[in-house]
Amino acid sequence: MKKGPVVIVECFQEIPCNPCETSCPRQAISVGDNINALPQVDHHKCNGCTVCVSRCPGLAIFVIDVAYSDAESAVTMPYEFLPLPEKGDLVAALDREGKECCRAKVIKVVNTKAQGKTPLVTLAVPKGMETDVRSFKLAS
Amino acid sequence: MTNTDFLIIGGGPAGLMAALSASEFGLEPLIIDENQAIGGQLIKQTHMFFGSKAERAGTRGFEIGLELEQEIGKRSIRIERQASAVGYYPDGTVAVLQNEKVTPLKPKAVLVATGASENFVSFPGSDLPGVYGAGAVQTLMNVYGIKPGHRVLMVGSGNIGLIVSYQLMQAGVQVKAIIEGLPKIGGYLVHASKIARAGVPILTRHTILNALGEDMVSGAVISKIDDKWQTIEGTQQTLEVDTICLAVGLSPLTELLWQAGCQMNYIPELGGQVAWHDDLMMTTVPGIFTAGDVTGIEEASTAMLEGELAGLGAVKFLKGDSKDLQSRINDTACRLAGLRAGPFGQKAREGKCKLAECKR
Ligand SMILES: Cc1cc2nc3c(=O)[nH]c(=O)nc-3n(C[C@H](O)[C@H](O)[C@H](O)COP(=O)(O)OP(=O)(O)OC[C@H]3O[C@@H](n4cnc5c(N)ncnc54)[C@H](O)[C@@H]3O)c2cc1C
Ligand code: SF4
Ligand code: SF4
Repeated sequence: MKKGPVVIVECFQEIPCNPCETSCPRQAISVGDNINALPQVDHHKCNGCTVCVSRCPGLAIFVIDVAYSDAESAVTMPYEFLPLPEKGDLVAALDREGKECCRAKVIKVVNTKAQGKTPLVTLAVPKGMETDVRSFKLAS
Repeated sequence: MTNTDFLIIGGGPAGLMAALSASEFGLEPLIIDENQAIGGQLIKQTHMFFGSKAERAGTRGFEIGLELEQEIGKRSIRIERQASAVGYYPDGTVAVLQNEKVTPLKPKAVLVATGASENFVSFPGSDLPGVYGAGAVQTLMNVYGIKPGHRVLMVGSGNIGLIVSYQLMQAGVQVKAIIEGLPKIGGYLVHASKIARAGVPILTRHTILNALGEDMVSGAVISKIDDKWQTIEGTQQTLEVDTICLAVGLSPLTELLWQAGCQMNYIPELGGQVAWHDDLMMTTVPGIFTAGDVTGIEEASTAMLEGELAGLGAVKFLKGDSKDLQSRINDTACRLAGLRAGPFGQKAREGKCKLAECKR
């Protein structure tokens, strides 16, 4: 966890699905022969490349980097709403219930063709908040 | 419109896959669909689909439809659009209405892949403009680019209620709440999570009491309910909404199967009345096949595989068995069983088991 970006898969229900497994170039996620099984992550293989994040139809995959800076961690999440934020924007970070939990800064927005219209937004959040922040609201 | 050996009624995922698998073994099917656009429900699904790579998981629904249509274009498969099957006659004639003209077709095999229609619930005010089925909302929004309203109450937390809520939010519509009568969310938790983290409350054990408004919806009164679905006094609240969207389930569209005299059985797990069918999706009437939502409300992924089986079944029925065909059938049946193997496939598994035992 300390070494750099690493994947967090929040998929806790047995559903027939496996794009996380088939999209990872490093075979770091496995679902196995029973497509309903829960995805298992091998953190030794994952280098936090974020490829799987925009391929998951459940939008259940995040990449966190606790080593982003001394005071902040980085959280990369899928974001399918308009308008997209821009790098440098300050936003209100939301937790899993949609409650504002801290302020955050947008440090990266990636929206390439390969992502199939699921842009990735990376936020810098206060250290410790990387386990809570899962969405955000553009500050008004 | 010219005659065909194998007529496929309904160009959704089930019908399209049936055409592709049948054409692999030399049949030249004709697909008719009452819509202009091919793909059935897929054309309005802007979200990525679950499932396995073989069933195109991770691809957006409408793109799956486009991919299938392209593949069909490369084969000897004909498609007639805005053509509805309006009747099935005892001598095996299917009446097809297109451009105000009825053409009688007499195929040797037929696949009924007509999908499903939406259920409705009634409550005071449910006839006001502004009360929609989820499918209608999706069609307005994702096919015609029209916002159905500004503030919506969603009734039903199955996958359809959840995903249509998400699509409404993407279109800039405020979803005030999703309410669900049962004590737990019906659809996938990952769908629910992406809605919850965007700040939309999902209220379980809640129901709608009535819609407010004179000429159109101006609000909705909801309340908590107990485990007997009785409203709990004092828990009523009024939501200011201009749209109420009902996502309360689907029922198979089985008229043609009834007309054809197929044995029908009421199987609640499958969504209502469905036609008995064998392992290759053939009904009790030889040569009439059924696949997809019309034979049990499930998913596009399972509809595609059932369609594939029905297409292969039609090959077996019209041309006889072969080793290649049998191994292809085994492969498809195996993938279908795999998709249904988890807890979310339990209802379909139980329903199909019950149906299998109904043969008279
Ligand atoms: C909002 C929503 C979200 C969904 N999300 C997913 C998802 O994420 N993943 C997934 O796998 N599935 C999803 N589904 C389910 C999936 O769309 C259906 O299970 C699937 O489309 C069923 O396929 P089908 O071919 O049986 O029927 P349909 O797709 O309904 O196609 C039937 C076709 O038959 C035509 N037809 C009907 N009667 C006649 C007639 N008499 N003559 C001519 N044509 C006729 C209809 O116009 C239609 O085009 C979703 C469904 C909805 C409504
Ligand atoms: S972040 Fe990259 S390496 Fe890690 S699981 Fe996802 S795709 Fe694989
Ligand atoms: S792709 Fe996403 S939703 Fe599907 S199994 Fe993997 S983590 Fe779960």
